[in-house]
Amino acid sequence: MSEFLQQLINGLSLGAIYALLALGYTMVYGVLRFINFAHADVFMVGSFAGYYAARHAPAGTLWGGLAVLAAAMAACAVLGVLIERFAYRPLRHAPKLNVLIAAIGLSLLLEYGVQLLFGATPRNFPQVFPSARLQFGPLTVSSNQLVVIVVSLGLLGGLQWIVFRTRLGAAMRAVSLNPRAAQLVGINLNTVVAFTFALGSALAGAGGVLYAMNYPSIDPFMGVMPGLKAFVAAILGGIGSLPGAALGALILGGAETLVGGSAYSTYKDAIAFGLLIVIMLLRPAGLLGRLTVEKV
Amino acid sequence: MSAPLLQLDQATLRFGGLTAVNAVDLALPAGRLHGLIGPNGAGKTTLFNLVTGVYAPSSGTLAFDGRPLAGLRPDQITALGIARTFQNIRLFPRLSVFDNVRVAANLHRATSPLQALVRDRAFRADEAAIAARVDELLALFNLDRFRDAPASSLPYGEQRRLEIIRALATRPRLLLLDEPAAGMNPSEKVELIRLIREIHRRFDLTILLVEHSMRVVMSLCERITVLDYGVKIAEGAPAEIQTDPKVIEAYLGEEHTAKFGHH
Amino acid sequence: MPRQHAALLASLVAAIAVTAFGGALNAYYLDVAMNVGIAILLAVSLNLVNGHTGQFSLGHAGFMAVGAYLSSACTLRLAPQLLGGSPSVFAQHALFFGALLVGGLVAALAGFLIGLPSLRLKGDYLALITLGFAEIIRVVFQNTPALGGAIGLNGMPPLTTIAWTFGWVAAAVFTVSCLINSTYGQGFLAVRDDEIAAAASGLNPTRYKVVAFTLGAFFAGVAGGLFAHLKLAIDPRGFDFFRSVEIVVMVILGGMGNTLGVILAATLLTLLPEVLRPVAEYRMVIYAALLVGLMLVRPQGLFNVRLGRARL
Ligand SMILES: Nc1ncnc2c1ncn2[C@@H]1O[C@H](COP(=O)(O)OP(=O)(O)OP(=O)(O)O)[C@@H](O)[C@H]1O
Ligand SMILES: [Mg+2]
Repeated sequence: MSEFLQQLINGLSLGAIYALLALGYTMVYGVLRFINFAHADVFMVGSFAGYYAARHAPAGTLWGGLAVLAAAMAACAVLGVLIERFAYRPLRHAPKLNVLIAAIGLSLLLEYGVQLLFGATPRNFPQVFPSARLQFGPLTVSSNQLVVIVVSLGLLGGLQWIVFRTRLGAAMRAVSLNPRAAQLVGINLNTVVAFTFALGSALAGAGGVLYAMNYPSIDPFMGVMPGLKAFVAAILGGIGSLPGAALGALILGGAETLVGGSAYSTYKDAIAFGLLIVIMLLRPAGLLGRLTVEKV
Repeated sequence: MSAPLLQLDQATLRFGGLTAVNAVDLALPAGRLHGLIGPNGAGKTTLFNLVTGVYAPSSGTLAFDGRPLAGLRPDQITALGIARTFQNIRLFPRLSVFDNVRVAANLHRATSPLQALVRDRAFRADEAAIAARVDELLALFNLDRFRDAPASSLPYGEQRRLEIIRALATRPRLLLLDEPAAGMNPSEKVELIRLIREIHRRFDLTILLVEHSMRVVMSLCERITVLDYGVKIAEGAPAEIQTDPKVIEAYLGEEHTAKFGHH
Repeated sequence: MPRQHAALLASLVAAIAVTAFGGALNAYYLDVAMNVGIAILLAVSLNLVNGHTGQFSLGHAGFMAVGAYLSSACTLRLAPQLLGGSPSVFAQHALFFGALLVGGLVAALAGFLIGLPSLRLKGDYLALITLGFAEIIRVVFQNTPALGGAIGLNGMPPLTTIAWTFGWVAAAVFTVSCLINSTYGQGFLAVRDDEIAAAASGLNPTRYKVVAFTLGAFFAGVAGGLFAHLKLAIDPRGFDFFRSVEIVVMVILGGMGNTLGVILAATLLTLLPEVLRPVAEYRMVIYAALLVGLMLVRPQGLFNVRLGRARL
């Protein structure tokens, strides 16, 4: 039983990181209806930004850790806005496939660009937050896991507040329901899209730092697998749905951790794709999504 | 009296809470040119979609030439001899005019796809025969001058006609036309009336025609069925329909809403 | 003899001639040429699915993996038993042909089994499920000790030649263009343009999609077999998501559904890294930047050329 609880906590912290990433996919899909393949690399850039920010912050302190987190989020927000402005905006009316290819190109550009600048060798991520092992009865929780869970919850709460309590959030929701109508009532599509990218990328940046803290080495290709999986989580929950992304991420994080701790641990990476196939075949709209049908 | 070619028996289709087609009975004898009218949203297109297998009925049955249509896919229904056009034109935009029609002639191909690789004499003869038939159809409708242009480049009226030719290339016995006159000017409508008469006679067809232009419907159809909110509210000769109080009521109701800006 | 058959025969003869008399040619150039051929085979087969039939598959590398593994298993495990200690060159190549066929057919079977359920989905969703299947195929190989697990297989005999490579390229181009130009084959394009209208015109869209998928998987499997017997070592990472993306990029740059354009794009994109070898560390950055740049300035693909259409 305690074994199971332990795994649950591990799954929760993994799922929380997937959730931070999945939200970015789902938000961009919500307003623009396309898969931002470069999102996983924004996540990677986030951990690199955190790595360099950590050199200027006091190590192992709460405030230092939060500062590193904030720096990575800011860097990623800027990156996200730049990507949108210079690559995606000119393609807004291009066929979907072209956008997809441009996104894949951007993803490679970020990966190999970072490799060119910083080298391919993995680097150890410093301990930016205070480190401790907390014992709750039979359960061990590392302080890093705790930070992941608390920070993610905080960010999810913040996102919820932005989307449902602010003007820009309302504009985002309007655009995702009906872009044309939203523009007719005076919403500036470009502002909303840029804001969405900033928001999603900042979350990815935070995810990058949190991920790096727990799997403490970073390299230019570290985003690929978590990115694909977070994306699967977004689909699982129903792409375009924010609670769906969080739910999908938690399910995926939990399932992966359970399998990873079992005799079938080498199949861990197949879980996400197996889930993806099952959900696509049984309920393509995802758990919380709605399917649109074509009228004849 | 022979069995009807198309028979609907209490055909019903519900979309969630909305009953788009409500217990409709319809019997079309072979050779009939039959009109189907009704205000916007009455369920006419949905009835076409039921007959052609795009949707399966929620209840009730449909039969073609005595054969139940339940469980058949759209392409199987086309193979039985029912062809259609679409209210919002659905051509193959990137294919040439010729290929749009050729694709539909595939149904009556005599050789197997593997013979496309062997390219034996039978295959080449078959392809030549299909091409000849397609060209003949295009010439008949004066579309041969556009033969190799992409379908999407045709003017609107020509696109509508191309859709009819494509339907004819499947060699149907029953043709369903969904608002063929939509977007046409009066002289084009006159031309369309002539054309529908012509294909009705020449190809020995049974035609079910959905049309908002009363002029077209009244001058073409022997009998007319009227739908409103999915329910059949009248059926009869054009003259009877024009004076039927229920029909007038249904259309007046529509004009009422139109006046108050719901359209 | 029909024109198409003449072209096929000429290509086969040319490919065999180059192999037979190409001893003097620079081995590096031959190697690059075979890489180009394999890329063309992959791109032309994916083009049938993505370009002609309009079904966006992101899992072509999975079928390539199936072909690579199965044909390698044949030449590694079966050949010694069937042919004994020192087989003749002819016997080896005959068995290689069999091995490629086995690889291709099993890949085709995988394509059929995966295609049947997946092709109900469209667009992004189809791309994702094919990606998912390809990844699962990879993980399965990774976990099969008999096929080398994570280390993969090596020690395959170097049987891939110019003749085999371009012979298969010719066969694939012939098959696809003969099909597409026939009345039957126009159905692939019709399904791409409008599935509902295609069904109303008497075509079974599912059947067409499955045929395209299966045939595409077959040639991808053969390409995998050629790849394995050219590189002489394979491992699951060589058939990952990025490999699928590479093939998709060739198809898109070539202009979806344009066979000649896709052949040119596959050639160009395979030669590009070779040309960029002197600036090796910038190679991928340049490739990626080109990709983004091209989508911005030339979204319809690089080429506006078409293979002459056969009319009877
Ligand atoms: N796929 C669908 N899902 C939900 N509702 C639908 C669907 N297709 C049609 N409807 C609804 O069914 C009703 C009947 O629509 P239908 O298109 O059959 O009307 P119609 O008689 O052809 O009208 P029009 O003259 O405007 O073409 C309408 O209320 C329409 O909104
Ligand atoms: Mg209608």
